[in-house]
Amino acid sequence: MTPFMATYVATRLVRLSPVDIVIVVFYFALVLSIGWYLKSRANTGEDFFMAGREMTAWVAGLSFLSANLGALELMGWAGSAYQYGILATHWYWIGAIPAMLFLALVMMPFYYISKTHSVPGYLKLRFGEPSRALSAVSFAFMTVLMSGVNMFAMAKVMQIVLGWDINFSIWVSSITVAIYVTLGGLRSAIFNEVLQFFLIWAGALLIPILGLYEAGGWAALKLQIAQRASAQYVHLWAGLGSFTTNPMGIHWTGIVFGLGAIISMGYWTTDFLVVQRILAAKDIRSAEMAPIIGAGFKMMVPFIVILPGLLGLAVLPEKLVPESVATITGAHSYNDVLPLMLARYCGPGLLGLGVTALIAGFMSGMAGNVSAFTTVWTYDIYRPLINSGGSDQHYVSMGRWTTVIGVLISVGTAYLVMQFASIMDYVQALFSFFIAPLFGTVVLGMLWKRASGPGGFWGLLCGTLCSVGMWTWVKVDPSALQYVALSPHAKGLAQDMYQALWSFLVCVIVTVAVSYATKPVADEALTGLVYGLTEVPSVGEVPLYQKPLFWASIVTAVFIALNIIFW
Amino acid sequence: MTNEMVSIWFFIGISLAVNGALILGAGIYQLVNPPTDPGVVLFSLHANVWWGALLLICGLVYCVWFAPKRQRKAN
Repeated sequence: MTPFMATYVATRLVRLSPVDIVIVVFYFALVLSIGWYLKSRANTGEDFFMAGREMTAWVAGLSFLSANLGALELMGWAGSAYQYGILATHWYWIGAIPAMLFLALVMMPFYYISKTHSVPGYLKLRFGEPSRALSAVSFAFMTVLMSGVNMFAMAKVMQIVLGWDINFSIWVSSITVAIYVTLGGLRSAIFNEVLQFFLIWAGALLIPILGLYEAGGWAALKLQIAQRASAQYVHLWAGLGSFTTNPMGIHWTGIVFGLGAIISMGYWTTDFLVVQRILAAKDIRSAEMAPIIGAGFKMMVPFIVILPGLLGLAVLPEKLVPESVATITGAHSYNDVLPLMLARYCGPGLLGLGVTALIAGFMSGMAGNVSAFTTVWTYDIYRPLINSGGSDQHYVSMGRWTTVIGVLISVGTAYLVMQFASIMDYVQALFSFFIAPLFGTVVLGMLWKRASGPGGFWGLLCGTLCSVGMWTWVKVDPSALQYVALSPHAKGLAQDMYQALWSFLVCVIVTVAVSYATKPVADEALTGLVYGLTEVPSVGEVPLYQKPLFWASIVTAVFIALNIIFW
Repeated sequence: MTNEMVSIWFFIGISLAVNGALILGAGIYQLVNPPTDPGVVLFSLHANVWWGALLLICGLVYCVWFAPKRQRKAN
């Protein structure tokens, strides 16, 4: 065991009773049974990689949301709420809802009617092979590394929370995921993501209910937070007029333009991990409704993530500290707030359900990464670049083997991170390099018919290099943050926002410049791919309450109301 | 989903019902044999009893409504 890991061994936040262990074991038995049951329905490429394109709006929508509702997300953002207050909610509201609705109403029709298997697949149709190869290789490489990083993080959390051996956590979770994804393909991953959605709500909803009861209601909670931290901790927008008047050290322009307009748009509309779930929808109406359903539930997630963090500020007797301090002093860190709140309120049975929800979040996140990696590897790298003449059965077989290999690479990455902890930061940073420029490339491709193949490729490449360059600049010279984020008071999170904004702008400018300097693509070749040259199929003659636009309007109204209420 | 396939909601129902039954059982056991040190805040509310019962009821409703036999008839 490395010294890095040894720091985590001594502590254990909760102790499971026999009934808790039965609940955890039952979860593993159920997911393996689902995989076994679905194995006979994953015989063709469409079945294995696209779940037969027969998911209803509800299944696709909940799966779309769950792919982003991993346990690290839950624990990390609960910790951020403890550290920064209600500002963390921006990542769930303005940092998700507009992007999800944009995906549903503007981008989804193009993804869907092009019948692409993946986002790189759309780039091939729109910009040609070089753009697909660039995005497919970067996505596949980063996805499988991220899966390993998450696996290690999961094993670490299980060690801290439950005292489980780190090797046990890594191998049990990865073997389970490998079995059920290899057997059932994307359908199996989607089924387990929906199951995870219910487990997370069933396991976590009691914390805010009992927490608010203990605190004496929302008004009393705000007073307690003001006394123990600051009144700014319960305002979403009021403190964002300056970098210095809010706990996050960020300006509203960073939140609106960096997070809301670029990062979230990039993530929710072009990250294949989440978009793949929508591509499995059974028809165009389901494909449009799925992100809207996801957005409706996304708005409620702060109730089980952010509120427990805020409640921790008010009711926990101890003061939580940053991770760096926790590893030295042995105190609990911000990221422990959710397990601490779980242990505070949940007795036998409930504790098992809460822990199962965390495990389910980890495993379905890993399954999502692996299934997306498998599809991109098989359809966007192996088939076009290595073996283009294989049968459908050959590609399904390749998909199954790639699932196993993807899990093994993830395990290898997890052990690498265990030895060299700093790798985790690098991998997470690398992943963020591609999101913002990819959004620029895809959105220009869909909305601007003049964008040419070379324009798309060079825009994507330059935007990505710009992102890498800024990150390296700040890494070498931390004072450069004041230039990247436009203020000497800016903090780490502000860097992400502005880095995304600049790389997106570079991508757009280069794409436009190169497109004007190169030959335009003929209109006939762009039919079905670009706005203005494509007849977007109607959702059909359905009542008002079944129209995507109607539900998008309701979600928008609730989104605006929530931001005003918690201003 | 094809007609022959068991609905995903049936699996969700099984999960909620089994977990609900286990949590309710643990809650009733603690109600009958109160521990000297409950180890949790607000133990007097017996959250595992009513939360377990709620999950059990929701799970049973899903199991019945999306039972494979009933779904085949509906289709």
